[in-house]
Amino acid sequence: MFRVIVKRLLTGVLVMWGAASLIFLIVRVAPGDPVTILLGTDASAEQIAELTASLGLDRPLLSQYLTYLTDVARLDFGRSYLLGQPAMPEVLERVPATAELMLTSTAIAVVVGLALGLLAGSRPGSIVDRIVSACTIALQSFPTFWVGIMLILAFALAFRMLPSAGAGTPAHLVLPSVTLALPFTAIVARLTRTSVAETMGEPYIQTARSKGLTERQVLAGHALRNSLIPVVTVVGLHMGGLMGGAVIVENVFAWPGLGSLIVDAVSNRDYAVVQAATFLIAGIVMLFNLVTDLVYSQLDPRIRLDGAV
Amino acid sequence: MRRIPYVVLAIYALVGGLGPLFIDYNPVRASLEDRLRGPGSQVSTGIAWLGTDGLGRDVLAQVVYGARTSVVIGLATVVVSCVIGVAIGTVAGYFRGWLDTVLARGIDILLAFPAILLTIVIAGAFERSVLVVVTALSATAWISFARVTRGIALSTRERAWVQAARVLGVPRISILVRHILPFTAGPVVALATLEFALVVLAEAGLSFLGIGLPNSAVSWGQTIANGKQYLATAWWISALPGIALSLLIVNIGILGDQLTARYGQRGRRS
Repeated sequence: MFRVIVKRLLTGVLVMWGAASLIFLIVRVAPGDPVTILLGTDASAEQIAELTASLGLDRPLLSQYLTYLTDVARLDFGRSYLLGQPAMPEVLERVPATAELMLTSTAIAVVVGLALGLLAGSRPGSIVDRIVSACTIALQSFPTFWVGIMLILAFALAFRMLPSAGAGTPAHLVLPSVTLALPFTAIVARLTRTSVAETMGEPYIQTARSKGLTERQVLAGHALRNSLIPVVTVVGLHMGGLMGGAVIVENVFAWPGLGSLIVDAVSNRDYAVVQAATFLIAGIVMLFNLVTDLVYSQLDPRIRLDGAV
Repeated sequence: MRRIPYVVLAIYALVGGLGPLFIDYNPVRASLEDRLRGPGSQVSTGIAWLGTDGLGRDVLAQVVYGARTSVVIGLATVVVSCVIGVAIGTVAGYFRGWLDTVLARGIDILLAFPAILLTIVIAGAFERSVLVVVTALSATAWISFARVTRGIALSTRERAWVQAARVLGVPRISILVRHILPFTAGPVVALATLEFALVVLAEAGLSFLGIGLPNSAVSWGQTIANGKQYLATAWWISALPGIALSLLIVNIGILGDQLTARYGQRGRRS
């Protein structure tokens, strides 16, 4: 087990090096030079030369890349020119808000998704199953930003029940987290449905029924428990997708998290923040994948990580 | 019932392809006296069936022109990423070796970023244009094609007729094109359908965030974003293009599921 973790972490370091290099490449290939961005267009030639030298932009590309990598290893991405502060602390400051949003959404998606999947999967082909299946297709297809706006229209403007933007109170959390959770709920529901429907045909379900257990006990004790394993995996592996969704949802609801920071930084070419935030997100996604694999192997003794996964 | 997606998609193709010939629309022409008129109201240029936006521009025209934009960008991106992905996937799966290892690690690195995030960063770094949007979307969309075709190439290369061709001394390129590539067609078509839906959604998302297409292009994402500030008084600006977009994605999704059920293989990224 220990060896597996070490091996995965080493692969992870390799992936993070690749990710950092990719970010470096995109920023260097992009038009617009950082000196003009920092100084504006009416700077003197002296100022430009001075800043170019102090940023190291006059050195060969390879030497710039090596300096960049050592800086990345120390999580130093330079200063944000918009905020005037080192970029990484600014990015880290936004993490709790995004984490709050993602955790709430995950909780909603798992609870509602499991319930819907169980409802549909226990009676495959029934009217309930068809309705749930149709809903999940719709929820997965609707664009999140539009769903968010429609929810604002209904619950913030028409019924005046919830605030439409910002953060601070639990009421502020409702609309963004529900919006973010909807497509994820559909995924969990579809997965649970398939898995429960399959399990219901297993011999041990028949055994449980013939022992005289009620249908409810059979569902909760036998069918649901086995369906939890794929759900855990999909939750873990979906953190990347959820993060991507959060970028858009945060912008719809002016939620002060990583997503709105990144879009602001990208629009203003604040590359220090863009680099710090994308690097951090890549790291978080990678850690989640690692933890998912480990939890998965603990939940299901049939899976061994040493072999091919 | 199974025909519904085909019918709906045909309507979108017709509207996107022919609609702009019948409806005249200029995205930079504003008409202040026609601002924020509801669906069906009489405006200076005729009847605005879906209302007008904050600059007095017709929403129906934006929906029609937006359909064209979405379909064109979706098709372009799927074609580009399909060609790149299939080429890389089959070559890596057939030749194995270091090429395959490099591909696997490269995909690991790309998958460390949420797809939409990488697209946002690439699209945001360059001047806003159709070419940049297609490139940014293709940067992640090719991965599924490469994964699926690599798997097919891996299993097909061991089949008897491929080995026979190898023994007979058929050039490797010919083996790849004549004996491996045809087997990827079915799954690739199914995958292309699902990718098309994802790409159209991603493009709308980019334009919604204001880092997608230039303002001179008409995109559903832009129209929805523009309508957000008028939600309280003019719901139709955001609501109606969103319905057009959702309907398109739902139907492509159903079609994609049908095709996937027929051809197997799923390489859809999360």
